[in-house]
Amino acid sequence: MTARIGVVTFPGSLDDRDTQRAIRLAGAEPVALWHKDKDLKQVDAVVLPGGFSYGDYLRAGAISRFSPVMETLIDQAKAGLPVLGICNGFQVLTEAHLLPGAMLGNDHLHFICRDQKLRVENAETAWTSDYVGGQEIHIPLKNMDGRYVADERTLDMLEAEGRVAFRYLDRNPNGSLRDIAGITNAAGNVVGLMPHPEHAVEPLIGTGRTDGLPFFTSILKKLVAAS
Amino acid sequence: MSLDTVENAAKTPDVELPWAELGLKKDEYERVVEILGRRPTGAELAMYSVMWSEHCSYKSSKVHLRQFGEKAPQSDAMLVGIGENAGVVDVGQGYAVTFKVESHNHPSYVEPYQGAATGVGGIVRDIIAMGARPVAVVDPLRFGAADHPDTKRVLPGVVAGIGGYGNCLGLPNIGGEVVFDSCYQGNPLVNAGAIGVMRHEDIHLAKASGTGNKVIMYGARTGGDGIGGASILASETFDDAKPSKRPAVQVGDPFQEKLLIECTLEAFAEKLVVGIQDLGAAGISCATSELASNGSGGMRVDLDDVPLRDSTLSPEEILMSESQERMCAVVEPSKVERFLEICAKWDVIATVIGEVTDGDRLEIFWHGEKIVDVDPRTVAHEGPVYERPLARPDWQDALQADDAGKLARPANAAELKEQVLALVGSPNQASKKWITQQYDHFVQGNTVLAQPEDSGMIRIDDTSGLGVAIATDGNGRYAKLDPYTGAQLALAEAYRNVATTGAKPLAVSDCLNFGSPEDPAVMWQFAEAIRGLADGCQQLGTPVTGGNVSLYNQTGEAAIHPTPVVAVLGVIDDVARRTPVAFQEDGQLLYLLGDTREEFGGSAWSQVIHDHLGGLPPKVDLERERLLAEILISASRDGMIDAAHDLSDGGLIQAVVESALLGGKGARLVVPDGLDAFTFLFSESAGRAVVSVPRSEELRFTDMCGARGLPVTRIGVVDGDAVDVQGEFALSLDELREAHEAVLPGLFG
Repeated sequence: MTARIGVVTFPGSLDDRDTQRAIRLAGAEPVALWHKDKDLKQVDAVVLPGGFSYGDYLRAGAISRFSPVMETLIDQAKAGLPVLGICNGFQVLTEAHLLPGAMLGNDHLHFICRDQKLRVENAETAWTSDYVGGQEIHIPLKNMDGRYVADERTLDMLEAEGRVAFRYLDRNPNGSLRDIAGITNAAGNVVGLMPHPEHAVEPLIGTGRTDGLPFFTSILKKLVAAS
Repeated sequence: MSLDTVENAAKTPDVELPWAELGLKKDEYERVVEILGRRPTGAELAMYSVMWSEHCSYKSSKVHLRQFGEKAPQSDAMLVGIGENAGVVDVGQGYAVTFKVESHNHPSYVEPYQGAATGVGGIVRDIIAMGARPVAVVDPLRFGAADHPDTKRVLPGVVAGIGGYGNCLGLPNIGGEVVFDSCYQGNPLVNAGAIGVMRHEDIHLAKASGTGNKVIMYGARTGGDGIGGASILASETFDDAKPSKRPAVQVGDPFQEKLLIECTLEAFAEKLVVGIQDLGAAGISCATSELASNGSGGMRVDLDDVPLRDSTLSPEEILMSESQERMCAVVEPSKVERFLEICAKWDVIATVIGEVTDGDRLEIFWHGEKIVDVDPRTVAHEGPVYERPLARPDWQDALQADDAGKLARPANAAELKEQVLALVGSPNQASKKWITQQYDHFVQGNTVLAQPEDSGMIRIDDTSGLGVAIATDGNGRYAKLDPYTGAQLALAEAYRNVATTGAKPLAVSDCLNFGSPEDPAVMWQFAEAIRGLADGCQQLGTPVTGGNVSLYNQTGEAAIHPTPVVAVLGVIDDVARRTPVAFQEDGQLLYLLGDTREEFGGSAWSQVIHDHLGGLPPKVDLERERLLAEILISASRDGMIDAAHDLSDGGLIQAVVESALLGGKGARLVVPDGLDAFTFLFSESAGRAVVSVPRSEELRFTDMCGARGLPVTRIGVVDGDAVDVQGEFALSLDELREAHEAVLPGLFG
């Protein structure tokens, strides 16, 4: 058997189809989930994809967080369902308080799209186990509101508990505190990051690197091993 | 004023109407009266005035544009030609591709962010209206001098607007150009192009047929924004004395447009749509009259049913509003319910506003009273046509006689080096990364190549690797020196750029940006450029599938350089065979393809070093272009080259520096026999490319060129971390990178 991984489409989601492709390329079965539908269709894991859900109006992720699908998702994530939030998905996860902190506008006030160097700080989560701790990877980044912020106590706690999953290297692209690019919850099943691993899964496409594929093989291996 | 009904208009022939304020000329108004056999109602006048504006009716350009049809080469690829929302081309394996470039010049000067944003929105709706899923956008941009204070207002706003809208739609931005020239100071050009993909059987057209079929408006509510935008903004020159035109610029909501895309494609997939039209310039006036005019019957519309954002709008304003993110579909009665369900799923407002009738009239009602009763063809297709006077400008001879060959050339190697640095660090030749990194080029996960590559390339089939490429080019300096040749050079460059990446050029779209058609000199430039482009397309076998004309790009007496922007679409069987610009490996051999002559008229060198524009542009040899393209495509397909870059503005040195910086690998160059270093580096002779050839492929590659009769010259090798012109100078990649990449951040960052 293979794992079934859901991808939620909110109005304004953009990278939902790309994420489905990445899941397929990793060998798992993508399942489309609709924001108005509370039913998660018994998937084994869920990805909240990038985009501008609800146009990022009000605040990125602030409206999607109240979608019917999120009601079920929040409960199940707390019970251990693996959830990955990419970019707008990360913003939704912080708005839903599944991950601490918040995302503000980039410090330079521009949208930025670039190939970003990262360091994998935590290779123990459900979504990062196919990396090696400390591994340096390149993943495309593209966002307007990517500046991760949290109060000092939260940041210290994240550092102390090893919950900073990814850090920007070479250049902090948006002013994120402590160069944080992605974090995990304490249990390691909920991970959020601003860069887009689903855009780095094929040698010919995008930047031509496949550094993002381990996100999807990590979860697949974990799920298959558990079954 | 009480409601001006058709009945009332017939009874009150002497009422004065504000036709002049709405942009109609006296004889045009008289023609409306003649067509109707009475004075028009206020609502009819609103419709005629916007639909007969230059922007919508092409009244000054039509007589010239006909050449694109008359001279169209036979092409099996053409599925839908000029006249529809966008042309459609067969790219094989059952796929059809639609693409088009449009201008949003005037609004972008008035309000850069919204002007540029809604330009993207408009072109994308044209693509959806053909039945296609949009897969990429490109943006050819022209601004005033890079260091002019107003450019600091316009450029950042335009770039943020394009990014803000396109990024939110999830469309990768893969190409386009950015050019600075003081001739665009008061008239920046913001052209927007888009590509869409569909299966052959999914092509949709803008026509209303089938009596009883329902006309459904869906998308955003209609508001007061952009009223008269088409007639007032795009059809008049700017004049400081007139009141602010800001209210005539529309405001975009990309989120709404994203929903519109998804719900339209879902309706197409369920085959619910008989005909479809987007609402752009001239809003409901345009959509209803074009749908009815293209169809077999008439149409009845109840304006009361149009969802409004502002309930105080008059019927005339509703007809003219250019509120964004609206579409109009014609749907069979039995499928209306399902159509409305899909709209509801996506939270898109949809309302039946009318139906197709068996007559041949377009009738529009307001509060039960008939306020429009016209033959839709007279509104949409039978507008005025002008044979504007044209005259070769009296300064043209003097301009061409001012030969750039006479300009002082670098006296020694040190000067040559200095000029190379000046050139690669000039705003036009500098890296545009500061701009393009504000655009998402990864979304949809199919981007094979994006700027600064020679053409943008998108995979359209995951399994077979089938892809399409697009390049846009248009050198206004060349066109100013000789509009006929300039237009052909724009075509040749875009054609070459597509071939350089390994794709086969198939078809052309254009965006023709010129000054005022009321100036005979501008009209001559326009006529010459079209003649050049039509002749060129005929010779290259690439038909023009559609396009856009933007006139009145002029402030007072000063017109912009004639700027025909040409987009060439190509196809590649397997994107794995594409060739990038960047040097890949040390030791690869560099070959120059084509002939290098002493051609500096209109060149980047003459502009940057001497601030000069004169002489003749480079010669065009389209047969040579075709041969060069064939060689480049074969070499890509058969793995004989691993990098290629077309030579255009800035000449060979510009191309080599770009390939070196992108690949992070230097080059050693040797000036070939028979050429001096200056001409070798800076000449802008057309029909050339530089390629990097693995040693194992050298013989096969040069034999192929020799057998086909393409001049091929070995000019050096990929090597080291400098661009080293042997015996002349060397510049380290760090030095070049600093000069090339610091310019735009320094100006706008």
